[in-house]
Amino acid sequence: MSDAPAASAAVEVVGVDKIFVGKKKATVTALENIDLTVAPGEFVSLIGPSGCGKSTLLRLIADLDAPTTGAITVFGKTARQARIDQEYGIAFQQAGLLPWRTVAGNIELPLELHGVAGPARKARSAELLALVGLSDFAESYPDQLSGGMQQRVAIARSLAESPRLLLMDEPFGALDEMTRERMQTELVRITAETGAAVVFVTHSIPEAVYLSNRVVVMSPRPGRIRDILTVSLGSAAERTDQLRENEAFFENVSRVRELLHGEAPVGIRGVETR
Amino acid sequence: MTAAPGSSTRAKPPRPNDAPRGNAALKRVAFGVGGVLLLVALWELYKAVGPAEGVVVGDLTILPRTTDLAMPHVWDMITRLFGETGSGRNAVPVWSAVLEASVFTLGVAAVGWVVGVVVGMLLAVLMQRFRTAESAVLPWIILSQTVPLIAIAPLVRRWGSQLEFGDFTWENWMSVAVIASYLAFFPVSIGALRGLNSPDANHVELFRSYGIGWWKTLIRLRLPASVPYLLPALRLAAANAVIGTVVAEVSIGLRGGIGRMIIEYAQQASGDPAKTWAPIFGAIAVGLVAAGFIALLGVLLRRYRRGEVPA
Ligand SMILES: Nc1ncnc2c1ncn2[C@@H]1O[C@H](COP(=O)(O)OP(=O)(O)OP(=O)(O)O)[C@@H](O)[C@H]1O
Ligand SMILES: [Mg+2]
Repeated sequence: MSDAPAASAAVEVVGVDKIFVGKKKATVTALENIDLTVAPGEFVSLIGPSGCGKSTLLRLIADLDAPTTGAITVFGKTARQARIDQEYGIAFQQAGLLPWRTVAGNIELPLELHGVAGPARKARSAELLALVGLSDFAESYPDQLSGGMQQRVAIARSLAESPRLLLMDEPFGALDEMTRERMQTELVRITAETGAAVVFVTHSIPEAVYLSNRVVVMSPRPGRIRDILTVSLGSAAERTDQLRENEAFFENVSRVRELLHGEAPVGIRGVETR
Repeated sequence: MTAAPGSSTRAKPPRPNDAPRGNAALKRVAFGVGGVLLLVALWELYKAVGPAEGVVVGDLTILPRTTDLAMPHVWDMITRLFGETGSGRNAVPVWSAVLEASVFTLGVAAVGWVVGVVVGMLLAVLMQRFRTAESAVLPWIILSQTVPLIAIAPLVRRWGSQLEFGDFTWENWMSVAVIASYLAFFPVSIGALRGLNSPDANHVELFRSYGIGWWKTLIRLRLPASVPYLLPALRLAAANAVIGTVVAEVSIGLRGGIGRMIIEYAQQASGDPAKTWAPIFGAIAVGLVAAGFIALLGVLLRRYRRGEVPA
C-alpha cells in the first residue's frame, strides 16, 4: 500500500483479525485480514458503514484491545510499548473531559500524570489553548463550555505531549455543521504545524476527503478494507474553505461514495454534505 | 449562558460563580425554620383540641393522649431545659447535663463513623479491584445489616473484653463505637462502590492510554469521580452512627451519653414529663451537628460535584 519502509512507518498493521467472543460462545468477526501502513505525517481516514470495525481497528492501534491474530507496530514498536511510551495522543467521539478540572487542568492532565513540572505544564497548556482558540477559557470548567469547545479542549489534550501519531474516533461526530467545518480547517492546520500522523475515523465522506491524504474504505461483516483511495488535493496550506467548492474535491467525494456503495454515483452535485 | 458554538471563540468566559446563590440559601433556612414552627403549631393545636384520652378505635389508640404527661407543652419542655437536674447538691442545669452527654455521644459516634467510613471504603476498593470479591463480599455486606443491633451488642462487648495486649484494655465506649461503625460502613461501601465504578469507559481508557496503572487511576480518576455518590453515603453513615451510638449506649449500658440519659429521664417521667424531652433534643442536636459536618465536607469538595444532579 504505502511504500514507506516498515521501520519508519507511523502505524503498521499486518494480517490483523479481531474476533469478539460473546456470551454462549457466539463470535463476531469485527475485523478480517487487515493490512494498513500509515507513513509519518500522513493523514489517513477510516470510513465505512456502522459496525464495520473502524473503532475496533483504532482501539487495536491504541492497545486498548488486542488483535486475535496478526501484528501491529507503531513507530517500529509493539502497540503496547508504544502506548507505554506515549507515542500517540487519542481523542474519542465524546470529549471525555474530567468535570472537576478546569480547561487548563484537563489539557495538563497527561503531563501531570507523567510528572512534568508545573511551570512547563502551564506553558504548554497556554500554547495549546491559543492553538485551539480558547485562551480566554483556561480557568472555566467543562460544564461551562459548549460541545464544540469541549471537543477542542479534548483535541488540545491529545496534542499535549506532542505525539507523532494522533488517533481520533469521530471527534466531530457530535458537532453542528458549521463548527464541524471550522474544526476540520483547524485540524488540518494543527497537524500541518505539528507534523503528526493521524488515523481519523469518520462517517462523513466530505470530511474524510477534505482532511485526508488517503481514505480507507471499509466494508462490514466481516470488517475488511475494501479499497484505499489516495486524495490529491494538495498540501495543508492549499486546503482552505474554497476547496469544499472545488471540482476536484467533488470528484474525490463521489469516488469514495462509489467505493462505499459499490455503485456508480447518481450525480456529482448530489453528494451528501454531512 | 455560553454563546452559540459559531461565535464561541470570541465569547467571554462565563463567571465562575452565579449571584443568586445567597438568596437560595436564605430561602432554605426560612423553609427549615418554618417547618419547625409548623410542627410546634400542630403539636399545640392537637394538644388543645384533641381528646384527653386520645383517639381510640376499638382497642387501638391511633392518636396519643393529650394529657400533660403524654404531651407536655412545647414551652414547658424548653423551660425545663433551663431548670436544675434535681434538688441535690450536685444538681446542674438540665441543658448543661444534656450538652455534656451530647458531646460524649457525638465523640463516640464520630469514632464509629470514621471507622465505618474507612472499613466501607476499603471494602469498596477491594470490590472494585476484584470482580470476584464483589460477588463474594457484597451479599455478606447486605446480610450483615439484617442482624438486629440487640443481638450483636452483647457479642461485641464479650469479644472486646477478651482483647488484651500490653496496656490496652477494651472499654465499653469502644464496643459502642464498633456498633456505630457496623451501621455506618454499610452505606459507605455501597455508595463508594457505585462511585468508584462511575467513570465512563472513555475516562478509564484515557488513563489506560496514558499508561497509568490501577492505583494511580484509583486516586486520580475513580476517587474524585465517586464524590457525588460518596457524599449522600457519608450523610447516611453519619445518621446511622448517631442512631447506632444512642441505641448501643442503652444495650451495652454505657454511662455518660444521651442513650442512658433518655432511659434515666424516662424513669422520672411520671413526676417530670417535660424533662424526658431534654435528652431527645440533645439527640437531635447531635444529628444536626453531624449533618452540618457532612454539609461542610460537601462544600470543601464542591469542585468534584460539578454536573451533579441536585438530589
Ligand atoms: N467489546 C465488544 N464485544 C463484542 N463485540 C464487539 C465489541 N466491540 C465491538 N464489537 C463488534 O464489532 C463490530 C465492529 O464494531 P466497531 O465499534 O468497531 O464498529 P464501527 O465501525 O466503529 O461502528 P460505528 O461507525 O457505528 O462506530 C460490531 O459488529 C460490534 O458489534
Ligand atoms: Mg465506532
